[in-house]
Amino acid sequence: MSENVLTLIYLLAAVLFIFGLKMLSKVPTAARGNRISAAGMLLATVATFFALTGGTAISLIWVAVALAIGGLIGLRMATKVEMTAMPQMVALLNGFGGVASLLVACGDYALPATLKAAKSYERYVEGSDVVDASLLLTLEQFAAAIPVPWSSLLATGLAALIGGVTFTGSLIAFGKLQGTKWAPDAPVQFAGQKAIIGVLLAGGLILSVFLAVQPDAWFSLLLIVVMALVLGVLLVIGIGGADMPVVIALLNSYSGIAAAMAGFVLNNYALIITGSLVGASGLILTSIMCKAMNRSLMNVLFGGMGSAVAGGGSAIDGEAKESSPEDAAIVLEAAEQIIIVPGYGMAVAQAQHAVKELAQELEKRGKRVYYAIHPVAGRMPGHMNVLLAEAGVEYDVLLDLEPSNAQLPQSDVALVIGANDVTNPDARTNEQSPLYGMPILDVDMARTVFVIKRSLNPGFAGIQNPLYFLNNTRMVFGDAKKVVTELAGELEGI
Amino acid sequence: MDPFIVALVVFVLAVFIGFEVITKVPSTLHTPLMSGSNAISGITIVGALLCSFADSFFYLGVVLGFLAMVAASINVVGGYVVTDRMLKMFLKDKK
Repeated sequence: MSENVLTLIYLLAAVLFIFGLKMLSKVPTAARGNRISAAGMLLATVATFFALTGGTAISLIWVAVALAIGGLIGLRMATKVEMTAMPQMVALLNGFGGVASLLVACGDYALPATLKAAKSYERYVEGSDVVDASLLLTLEQFAAAIPVPWSSLLATGLAALIGGVTFTGSLIAFGKLQGTKWAPDAPVQFAGQKAIIGVLLAGGLILSVFLAVQPDAWFSLLLIVVMALVLGVLLVIGIGGADMPVVIALLNSYSGIAAAMAGFVLNNYALIITGSLVGASGLILTSIMCKAMNRSLMNVLFGGMGSAVAGGGSAIDGEAKESSPEDAAIVLEAAEQIIIVPGYGMAVAQAQHAVKELAQELEKRGKRVYYAIHPVAGRMPGHMNVLLAEAGVEYDVLLDLEPSNAQLPQSDVALVIGANDVTNPDARTNEQSPLYGMPILDVDMARTVFVIKRSLNPGFAGIQNPLYFLNNTRMVFGDAKKVVTELAGELEGI
Repeated sequence: MDPFIVALVVFVLAVFIGFEVITKVPSTLHTPLMSGSNAISGITIVGALLCSFADSFFYLGVVLGFLAMVAASINVVGGYVVTDRMLKMFLKDKK
């Protein structure tokens, strides 16, 4: 297959990716969009496979083995994962993408020049009309005559840097979301962290430039890799679990940029176009997330929500009023419109099916039930929507922020299930609060608010929520799934 | 023209398409959109293929390429399958 044909196939694949992404952003076409994009990927991969020359049968075998190993692992992960664990799954997959770009850049750097030049050497031999073969350059001479361009070397350094940051950053994000010991949910910060991050970042960039002017300086590539891996850890370890939606979106963008840089290394348009598409769209998603939290990206990355809050939040006077599932069921029975406000707590308790059953019980009694979904509820953008879709909730009763706030004042009951910061009225009124200015769900506007929560403990960020102490709020303590199931049971009994 | 310049032109234009392509996304789709675009970033699998094809396995570059193929194919297959699983859930309640 000629290089022209291959590039045209890459162009076709890129068009499929663009259509796929476009269709992914509308519910009715989303599933088809994803398949179209998968078809683009298959096309690009198969075409590359058949375009490879200079290899022997053995290399076909190891390509097949590698794809089979990776494909099976990916398939197994994707079919086994619980919907509640989706944020960490995406983080992990993203990490694989990042490390792949790093390995491609380093692998290409490590390949002998004669091997890389083999293909263009073939063309050189075919293209020359010299009759006497001894007049042609040998492969070695040919390879030595075309130096690796500085742009490709610079891209090697950058791909290793960004790919490495994506890799370890994603692993730490995975660890935080999974709740492992080695990556605590709370931000880990220490003196000089920002300075070290700055030095590592600057060092990585300088070394990339150095590599571009000193092509033989393999040690500087090695150093870039090590620094990038440390940098990824330091960047993400200082960010709290609640800010993970932004971090995942950003890392997603990084993995795209890393792929684009690997594309510059190989001068491959498939990687350049596709990587930059993902990089840019990932940045857009990141900025959507930041807006939803009313924070700048810098603040999310370096603000360290947990550390900034010490002493923040309003002093609370008054007592939270506790209620039982029985009493809550009676109020629900009398209500006409109920808004359910799910949060991370619902995901942790795997309560989505119980919530759907409760909603069905309410709908059976002729009540209107909506779900108010904050853009950053949970640990990943749109996580609540996926969980509720899994439980079979129709997506047209899932309300975004604005329609939710239009409905809340007309609602008899707001049922908050495991959501905290996104309902904190301090964000509207208290300038001292670290949440001040963040758009929230105005659940306090509903006639009665029931909050299902394990205890009065503020979340990991330590921000007290005055919602719990309002006159129209009742706390129902306990595990979200257990309480919601009890509620549905009580309702059935009435 | 220097191939790098051509590549740079392509890169910059693709970045602009990326900024435009997903402007108005309902928040319902944020998670599948992220996992779907994550799968697309597995395009680096093409790069991995290109650097692992040689006459022998005993080159450092080829070993790295092999590992890159494994990692990228986990990213691609896992990403697309999990996105498909999620999106099927959004559609099943329409029936």
